[in-house]
Amino acid sequence: MSTSSFNNPVVKWIDERLPVFTMMQHSAVDYPTPKNLNYWWNFGSLAAFVLVIMLLTGIFLAMSYTPHVDHAFVSVERIMRDVNYGWLLRYLHMNGGSMFFIVVYIHMFRGMYYGSYKAPREILWIVGVFLILAMMATAFMGYVLPWGQMSFWGATVITNLFSAIPLVGQEIVTWLWGGFSVDNPTLNRFFSLHYLLPFVIVGLVVVHVWALHTVKSNNPTGVDIKGPEDTIPFHPYYTIKDFYGIGLFLIFYLAFVFYAPDFFGEPDNYIEANPMVTPAHIVPEWYFLPFYAILRAFTFDVLFIPAKLAGVIAMFASIILLAVLPWLDRSKARSARFRPMYKWFFWIFVLDCLVLGYIGAQAAEEPYVTIGQVATFYYFAHLLIIVPLVSKLENPRPLPESISAAVTKSDSE
Amino acid sequence: MRKIILSAAAGFVLLAAGNAFAAGGAAVPPAKDWTFQGIFGKFDRDQLKRGYQVYKDICAGCHSLRLVAYRNLMDIGFTEDEVKDIASEYQLPAPPNDDGDTIVDGERLMRAAKPSDHFVSPFANEKAARVANAGAYPPDLSLMVKARKKGPDYIYALLTGYKEEAPEGFALNEGMYYNEYFPGHQIAMAPPLMDESVEYEDGTPATLDQHAKDIVTFLAWTASPELEARKSMGIKVLLFLVVLTAMFYALKRRIWSDVH
Ligand code: HEC
Ligand code: HEM
Repeated sequence: MSTSSFNNPVVKWIDERLPVFTMMQHSAVDYPTPKNLNYWWNFGSLAAFVLVIMLLTGIFLAMSYTPHVDHAFVSVERIMRDVNYGWLLRYLHMNGGSMFFIVVYIHMFRGMYYGSYKAPREILWIVGVFLILAMMATAFMGYVLPWGQMSFWGATVITNLFSAIPLVGQEIVTWLWGGFSVDNPTLNRFFSLHYLLPFVIVGLVVVHVWALHTVKSNNPTGVDIKGPEDTIPFHPYYTIKDFYGIGLFLIFYLAFVFYAPDFFGEPDNYIEANPMVTPAHIVPEWYFLPFYAILRAFTFDVLFIPAKLAGVIAMFASIILLAVLPWLDRSKARSARFRPMYKWFFWIFVLDCLVLGYIGAQAAEEPYVTIGQVATFYYFAHLLIIVPLVSKLENPRPLPESISAAVTKSDSE
Repeated sequence: MRKIILSAAAGFVLLAAGNAFAAGGAAVPPAKDWTFQGIFGKFDRDQLKRGYQVYKDICAGCHSLRLVAYRNLMDIGFTEDEVKDIASEYQLPAPPNDDGDTIVDGERLMRAAKPSDHFVSPFANEKAARVANAGAYPPDLSLMVKARKKGPDYIYALLTGYKEEAPEGFALNEGMYYNEYFPGHQIAMAPPLMDESVEYEDGTPATLDQHAKDIVTFLAWTASPELEARKSMGIKVLLFLVVLTAMFYALKRRIWSDVH
């Protein structure tokens, strides 16, 4: 079918039957990429890189891990002590989880700043929302596996949220647990799913990149690619730039692995799970803190919805709502660079998310509760009120003719 | 402007993260200097051996160290023969004898521990430990340094932070001791260390301060036996990465020189 343009006879033979080489040539070598992408566009490839590290370290960890309530904690310590370089595998995996979220959160904020979610990239963006949900589910279940105190109590608190569902809530929780509390069946299924979900993520990433390559990358100006003068081939320009980014990222990541491996962790998780002893503060991993704050902001019933249920709905809504962002933002201009008002609200939104993260880590007492409620209100107000309104009221600055016109005018920013 | 906002944001994230771990009640333990801190941190072998002695002579009466095997002591400078001797001082339940019995003449059959065995716990189980300690449970110490915020500083402060008398108006329960650094200030562990609790073979002055430093160092090792390997590998890996990344950067500049 395909007439391949490869010289190597083996490559040619394969390619004529299964055009993998043509595909690679198209999507990783020739692939036309805007020539003005800045370093914020490195974070997608960084996320893919972390995903590979997580898969590899995870598979090797699973070879020495025992998913049983009596052995899980000790088996992890065996990995740390008796498996060759087991401590390295585990610390890479543990800190890799945090790195994954740092990288992907930046990746998402990049999309919000430059309007990358807008037409024609809606599906690309929505697949991204599925990705972050899948990542969260994976990370949540992974954290349960070492069976420390936070593993156990975090799992108990979060699974218990489902009991807020009217009528069938308690049944659902029992069904999730496979019993009447977080116990061995829970640990077993979490291990199974924690091994499965990363491969679902891989599948979603393939769709994500497929969509990307169909609509092509956005760029810091937000204006469409008009012609070949606006683009450069992915290879060697972006391959080398991505390698440079990976180098910098590895320095950051491994500095934690080697010198502060427990920085992102909770000391309590080095105590074996004990259903009889509740820790003084149950806090989720840092990357869940903003959502935990939203969950806990609902200390009051909303109309006929009880507080607990309202919190759960708000928590899930805070992420799922992102999927409709392309339709909430009606601005003609994509990039915040040309949107004088939106630009400021974007940064306030980032700050709001950080405040939520901070509040999520505090005990449920004043003034934190009130701050958390205000920040939660602002989170939803930003998405549901400010973004639509600003996109109507604001007068975007004049957009450049084209990418290359913008580039010749000013190189950096 | 954007740079400023960004670095402020990054700083904030780190602060918030740090804060998440800093909650809690009692007095903040003062920061001490530990040889195993920092990029070049290492354990002092002599100190580890002294710390082991403190554990063995004092703490082992109540606290287990279940994640550590006798053979691991070779990593802190004991010889194979010494480890064999150490292990053989402890008894473990033996497997059934040739008649299939584990109890002979009403006595549980026992065997001497081997270097491959983990440290034998002072009590058979939690219940026995509680009975012997007036209802309190002396936790396993293997991971204690990692299981408390600011582990080394905290444990040092705990061991040296007992007060003979509780402050005026503080209701100290029967059989409890007042400690400045323990959350709630009431701890069921009697002050385990004082001056000359242990006589060191290497002639180091046997002060409370020294005992506490030594046992903390030993427990830092039991919690992170990989620490030295980790830190020395870290330097090499990071140096390599810095060079590699610099090369990537140079190459990137070259390749991109014809764009713009
Ligand atoms: C007589 C028995 C006994 C001895 C000896 C003993 N401990 Fe304890 N230890 C306990 C008990 C009981 C507790 C539990 C205290 C409580 O929960 O109130 C405890 C608790 C601890 C804790 C945990 C404190 C916390 O934050 O929860 C540490 C650390 C500790 N001991 C260290 C040591 C060290 C180090 C030594 C040796 C120098 C030692 N102990 C000797 C009985 C003992
Ligand atoms: C496993 C996690 C993810 C991986 C591996 C991944 C990977 C990538 C890659 C390689 C790119 C191209 C490079 C780039 O533009 O940075 C990209 C682009 C993009 N991603 Fe992701 N992504 C992930 C998660 C997400 C999430 C959670 C979202 C949003 C909710 C998202 C939204 C986007 C968008 C909108 C683009 C196009 C950006 C543009 O062209 O301006 N991605 N992604």
